[in-house]
Amino acid sequence: MDFAKFFQYIASGTAYTVGVTLIALPFGLVLGLILSLMHVYGGKFLSRIMAVYSTIMRGIPPIVLLFILYFMVSGNINLSPFWAGSISLGIVSSAYQMEIIRGALLSVSGSQMMAARSIGMSRMQAIRHIIIPQALRLAIPPWSNEAAIVIKDSSLVYALGVPEVLRRAQLISASTQEPFLAYITAGLIYFALVFITNRLLNRLEKRLAIPANP
Amino acid sequence: MAEPILDIKGLTKAYGNNVVFHDIDITVNEGDTVVIIGPSGTGKSTLLRCINLLTKANAGQIWLDGDEITAHGHNEDEVRQHVGMVFQNFLLFNHLTALDNVKIGLSKVKKLPNEVAEEKAMQELSRVGLVDRAAHYPGQLSGGQQQRVAIARALAMDPRIMLFDEPTSALDPELIGEVLEVMRNLAREGMTMLVVTHEMGFAREVANRIIFLENGNIVEEGSPDEMFNRPKYERTRSFLWKISELYGDMESEA
Ligand SMILES: Nc1ncnc2c1ncn2[C@@H]1O[C@H](COP(=O)(O)OP(=O)(O)OP(=O)(O)O)[C@@H](O)[C@H]1O
Ligand SMILES: [Mg+2]
Repeated sequence: MDFAKFFQYIASGTAYTVGVTLIALPFGLVLGLILSLMHVYGGKFLSRIMAVYSTIMRGIPPIVLLFILYFMVSGNINLSPFWAGSISLGIVSSAYQMEIIRGALLSVSGSQMMAARSIGMSRMQAIRHIIIPQALRLAIPPWSNEAAIVIKDSSLVYALGVPEVLRRAQLISASTQEPFLAYITAGLIYFALVFITNRLLNRLEKRLAIPANP
Repeated sequence: MAEPILDIKGLTKAYGNNVVFHDIDITVNEGDTVVIIGPSGTGKSTLLRCINLLTKANAGQIWLDGDEITAHGHNEDEVRQHVGMVFQNFLLFNHLTALDNVKIGLSKVKKLPNEVAEEKAMQELSRVGLVDRAAHYPGQLSGGQQQRVAIARALAMDPRIMLFDEPTSALDPELIGEVLEVMRNLAREGMTMLVVTHEMGFAREVANRIIFLENGNIVEEGSPDEMFNRPKYERTRSFLWKISELYGDMESEA
């Protein structure tokens, strides 16, 4: 067996894994941010709907949701499995990211809003210039967790036939009879991605930290 | 002749069945400093929040500069620009430097061009003696400095009246003096102020009038001399005696 080719075959799936993550994560972030704002500031009715959305989305295994959403998405628009899978994962993630950002919004809280209103800011201005910048900073550590989860969950799109890391590991393990080596390789790749991402987000958190005396 | 800047008539506020205050009348004339005192939970903070419409009163009317701001359909954001508010626990925007805290209302609310806003913000910081702290974040400032930035932030909007809600009660004793000094200067410059405080030294020296609020009613009001030396009611005397005892008549000499 040609080990170089073996590893290279699996590793070349990394581009898909990274690609799925880079679509799903920001998609979930934007959606999660919008939903969390509606949850916190949108009044009783919207807040109720968001709570239901969150409960349902977080109560179903991601793989099941992925299939449901995939067939909903790809049934309506003509999208490749890669795109449909990525967006579906993004939607799954949006529920978790909504909760993360909602918690952060709530903890920046009423008093900063009151201070902003006291100088004549509208609610919208206060949310945009005062609440969100602080809430997003607070959200980085829990968000970093969610980023790791999305990286790992990106492996689920293997079920849609997207040739990402896990899919390739599966294919090559079948053809070479080296399942252990194949899955260890895949595992190491995921681990490396999660590790690097956490490091980067850690650095981002430090960089964006609001200066304060110890 | 002094014009009333703030005129409150029959103001009533209740949370559910809990009537915080009932049928309150207060007038504050241009250039006056009016001090409100009263026991905890008596509705002093609620009163100030009603005045700049952060809380809605249940009944009564408020005129600011002859304009009825409690009138239906009045632009609340516009009103708040003209009513400066200083909170007990400063409430600076934590993610902004001292300068940006002062500047943000000028650029986002008044929509002044950047250089103009920056220059004006610097002027306000120098008014409270903090030009050298312009680039510091709230977390890098002492409580007294934070409160002075908060005062500058409110002043930057050129308010017609400044409301202070126990501005020194969250401060370490040695930091109280610098904040009171800024407030004293404001009074001297002719700023109209409504101040909730227990600093009786400040009240004696600066206030034109002291209002004693208890259980949601104005028990008594008068000049510092009247209130301290010949109050009409025993309640006033004993309350003043108690807070003078508790907080000291003189502010800490720092
Ligand atoms: N948002 C609110 N909801 C319900 N009750 C409230 C609310 N805000 C204040 N109250 C009640 O109104 C009353 C007056 O509160 P307020 O904070 O105005 O008093 P205060 O005179 O400022 O007291 P302190 O000296 O402790 O600051 C209290 O009984 C308080 O429990
Ligand atoms: Mg209070």
